[in-house]
Parts: sequence; C-alpha cells; structure tokens
Amino acid sequence: MELKEKLLSSYVAFENGVNINSDIHEIRTKALKEFETLGFPTKKLEAWKYTSLNSILKEDYSLFPKKENAIEFKDVKKYFIHDIDSYKIIFIDGKYSSFLSETTHDGIDVCLLSSALTKPKHKAVIENYFNKTAKQDNMTALNTAFASEGAFINIPKNTEVEKPIQVINFATGNETATLLQPRNLIVVGENSHVQIIERHQSLTSNAVLTNAVTEVFAEKRANVDYYKIQNDYDTASLIDNTYVSQERDTVCSVHTFSLGGKIVRNNLNFYQNGQHVDSILKGITILEDKQHVDHHTLVHHIEPNCESHQDYKGIYSDKSTGVFNGKVVVEKEAQKTNAYQQNNNVLISDKATINAKPQLEIFADDVKCSHGCTIGQLDDQALFYMQQRGIPKKEAQALLMYAFANTVLESVRIPEVKARINKLIAKKLNVDLGFDL
Amino acid sequence: MLEIKNLHARIEDKEILKGINLEVKAGEVHAIMGPNGAGKSTLSSVIAGKEDYEISKGGISLSGEDLLELDPTERAHKGVFMSFQYPVEIPGVSVTNFIKTAINETRKANGLENMPAKEMLQKIREKSTLLEIDRKFLSRSLNEGFSGGEKKRNEIFQMAMLEPKLAILDETDSGLDIDALRIVSNGVNKLKSKDNAVIVITHYQRLLDYIKPDFVHVLFDGKIVKTGDASLALELEEKGYDWIKEEVNA
Repeated sequence: MELKEKLLSSYVAFENGVNINSDIHEIRTKALKEFETLGFPTKKLEAWKYTSLNSILKEDYSLFPKKENAIEFKDVKKYFIHDIDSYKIIFIDGKYSSFLSETTHDGIDVCLLSSALTKPKHKAVIENYFNKTAKQDNMTALNTAFASEGAFINIPKNTEVEKPIQVINFATGNETATLLQPRNLIVVGENSHVQIIERHQSLTSNAVLTNAVTEVFAEKRANVDYYKIQNDYDTASLIDNTYVSQERDTVCSVHTFSLGGKIVRNNLNFYQNGQHVDSILKGITILEDKQHVDHHTLVHHIEPNCESHQDYKGIYSDKSTGVFNGKVVVEKEAQKTNAYQQNNNVLISDKATINAKPQLEIFADDVKCSHGCTIGQLDDQALFYMQQRGIPKKEAQALLMYAFANTVLESVRIPEVKARINKLIAKKLNVDLGFDL
Repeated sequence: MLEIKNLHARIEDKEILKGINLEVKAGEVHAIMGPNGAGKSTLSSVIAGKEDYEISKGGISLSGEDLLELDPTERAHKGVFMSFQYPVEIPGVSVTNFIKTAINETRKANGLENMPAKEMLQKIREKSTLLEIDRKFLSRSLNEGFSGGEKKRNEIFQMAMLEPKLAILDETDSGLDIDALRIVSNGVNKLKSKDNAVIVITHYQRLLDYIKPDFVHVLFDGKIVKTGDASLALELEEKGYDWIKEEVNA
C-alpha cells in the first residue's frame, strides 16, 4: 500500500487515541482532507522542483510506535548539549520520555503538547495560537492531521528564561521504518526571551522519516533564538516545517546546521506582523556522499521599518546535492524594509550539485533589498599559502572551510552550542585543529 | 644548502624558467633581481612547491634532498619558507592560532611534541617585539583588512617564529614605506645566521641597502644571465636593465 493510502486508512486507529470531540480535532480532520487532496509533493510542484521524496516514500513505515522504548542517558548523552544546565523535552519514537526530560511549570510552561491540548489552563493559549501560522501545504497538512504530541513552550510576558530548552526527538530504530510527526508550539510573551535547541536523532540505521511542524509566536519585544542541529544517519530523512510569527519590536533568529541525513528539507517561514521586526535566518550545510539538503526560506515583510538577514553557507563534497531557495516578499505597505540575503557555496567535488534560487517579490518602492549568491571552489592560492607554512593540505582545506562558515557561527549566542558545532564540523571534515575558531 | 641545476619550468605551454643554475650555501644572502616577467616569482613558487608549474627538466635539492619529490607542506617542514608578495586573507583564523598551528605541524612532522604553551607565548612576545607588532594585532584574523605593510611585517613575523633554514623573500619590499622597510629588514638581519640562508627577490635595489647580499644574480628571460656582488645591484639601480638585455642579445 502506498504511504498516502496507508496514512488515510490508519486514521481511525489514530482517532482512538485522541479526543475527537474537540476544536483541535476539527482542525485535524480538515487538514486530513487537505492532505487527501494534495497528497505528497512531487517534483512537478515548483517548490519541490529539486527535491524528490520518492526514495523515502516507498518505505513501509510504522505509523504509531507499538511499545514504550527506554534508552539510557549514557547512550544518548552525546546528542545533548550536556555541558550546560537546560530544560529538556525528550521524545523516543514519538513518545514522551519523562526519564530523560526536565520540564517545568514554574513561572513558565516547558512541557508537552499532549497535556496542553487536554488541560483547561492551557485552553486559551491553544485556541489563540495552535495552527494559526502554519500554512497548510502538503507536509504541514499531514502533520496537522496527526498532530498530538510535541513540545509545548509557553513563556509569559517579561520573562528571561535563564536556561536554554532542548527539544530532542530520538528514533530507536526498533521498527524497520518509522514515521514521526512531532508538533511543537512555542509562545513567547511580550518582552520575554528564550533560547531553544532542537535535534532529531536516530539511534540505528533503520529508515526514519520525520515530518515536523513548529510554530513560534513572538509577542511584542520578544526575543527568540532557535538552533536546529541536523546531523543524522544517512538513512534518516527530515522534513522540517517551521513558522515564526513576529509582532512588533521582536528579534527572532533560526540557525540551521545541516551536517547529515538522507534527505533534509527545511521549510522556514517568517512573518513580520508589526513594525521594527528583525528576522535572522542562518545556516551551515556540510554534506558528503549522496546527502541532500534543501533550504526553502520565506521572509514575509508585511509592515514597514523591518529587517531580515539571511546568511547560508554550504560545502558540498562527493555526490551530495544542496538547494537554497530564498524567497523574500515585501508588501506594498512594508516601506523602509531592509532585506539582506546571502548564499555562498563551495563545491569540493565535480559531482556535487547546488541549486540556488533567490526569489524577490517587492511591491514597496522605498526598500533596500540585496541578495548575493556564489558558487565556487576553495581558493588554491590560499591552500598553497597555508601549505607553505607547514599546514597539511587536508587541514588547510578544513581551515578554509571553517573560515568560510565562520560568519554564520559568529551570531550563535550559546558558547556551548558554538563549541559543539565547531566540533561537529571538525569531525565532519575529519581534522583536529587544536583550537576553536 | 640549496642547489638548483638546469631548472626548466613551464605553466601550460609557456616555458618560464629556461635552465636556472644556482647554489646557495648556509650563511649566505643571495639577491635575485630582474625586470618584470623575467621569472622571479616563478622561481620562488617553484622552490616552495606550487603545483601550477610543470618541471620539465633539472632539479632542486635542499641539503642533498630532492625537493621536487615533496609537496609544499613537506618542503615547509624541511625548512623552506617563502614570504608571499600577496599574503592571503583567512577570515576567522587569528594570527596567533595560525602560527601556533604552523609551528606545531612542523614540529609534529619532525618528530617533536607540540611546543609548550609558555614557550610559545614567550616566543610570540619576543618576535612580535622584534618586528614592532602590536599585541592586539595578533588576535586579528590573518591578513584580513591588514595594510600592505602590516601584511609584509606579519610575513616576516611568521618567518621569525618558524626559523626556516632557507627563507625566500618574494618582493617583500613592494608596498612598504621607509619605516616598515627598516623594521622588516632589521627583522631579517636579526634572524640571519651561519646555519641559514636567505634569497631576496626584488625588482629594486633599495631593500638591499638594508639587507646586504653576498651575491646578486640577474634573472632575465628565465635564465640567470649575470652574477656579481652587491655592487651589481647598485649598477642595476643606476643603469636599469636595458644594458643587460643588450648584453644578452649581443
């Protein structure tokens, strides 16, 4: 049976596990109908021109985990940023792991969507925010139809959340193939600040497909820093759909570190609903073998006097392929917009491919919009220079790649995250530089 | 120490070096002068091992060891240093981190442990003082936004740190004002010893007022056409290169 049919026919089973007499369920069933009409995206859709899901849709995915899976902290410690104090919301095969988590209701809510959906005290927040910014395209509609579990983060106004929140979804690989659909809802109140680190991680090389949806709402003067670490097995694929809705005077940043996975698609959407908003989208992509990463960004400038900054760096070796599709829409009312987009790529091998496509739709006449895209190789003269000083070629190449990616790391505000990314990059490039950049 | 025999080098189909013979002994300073396009920079690049050139004939050896068999990194580990005419900018890598990596890679290749942090620090302090380099400068990204003079001073600082057997200064004087020229030359002179050798490649004589050569060679159309002592440089300064061309063509 094809995956689409399998999903549709399993819906009754899904409904047995959730409250079907709720407003949320109306949203779900509506989304299911949309997915039924739309189906999975194909390359015929302009937005999916360079990314085919065919190779991952043919797996026979297990849709609902059959049993509770326990894992020991020591076995997965390395996937945490473990050298800092943090809140943790951890899922194993889609099920909440209270053992690995550290949640709170003390002043802020760092907990589970499943409990937020049922508890009366969260009713208003769910009504006001759930599914309010997610656009119901193919994959988001599918996630919404089955939305039942994920991280729920609700920060009241004037709150500086003093430690980062880590959201990690582990896949044990106990099934031959697993489909996971986490749904995260993050609401940051007026004048509050939060830092979030998200990771999807398989523990074996059994196939995993994750179709995640995250909605982030930043109320007036809120500040959100979001870090996505993608460094999964070559058998794990991720379709990440993130929607960030910003009210006036907010600063929100999303850093995406794509260092591994079979097919990774990042649909990252920012909506600026008030004046003096700053949206920051940054990414480092380092791929090898046949890995494929597709960054599909949208910044929607709706109000005047706002800014957006996009900076994506990619390094592609072997037969890996990358896509950067960066769309910036500036509405007629959005005068004095300052939108900046930069996408630089280095191809290490002749067989690696990058498809870069900036898309600017500007309807206002008093704006500053810049975009730049480069595709190149490592600078031979720079390599020679470093070799001449006694640095071996491999290290020299790594150093150059570090230097190349450095502008993205500069804006990472959690030093331990920065150090971890540095380490992951060094490991990926198979070098030990003996110092951090 | 350095022996170049009948060296022919080409890039694509163009032959640039057409039979160079040169012997440099420990403790000597050699100047290689010549008009633009004579092959001066090619010669330094070929000694350092730049891969763009094809060596069609001849050989280069350092203390009896065939250099042509080694890649640029290995040559550096054997003690070859070349100061670049246009040093490359490497954003995100500080001068200090770069030189530490360079030193420790060289030590590793020669079977030594990493240099102890304290010793490294002391050496950095000593050599940066010698070249009148501000400490703040050392934490800046390598060559990024450096002025021409700062880049050259930084090259000589690296040379001072690495203590090479053979140093090749490729047009180190270009873009230097008189103060920087004095500092750079002073640095080079302080590093000179009976165990190492220096090749100064330059278009003009003025650097040789500060770094006194034992031999001056004139490179013209891919060959060394004249060799003399320091007075040859003065003669070239006075008369230009035309008389050399005439002599060669005669």
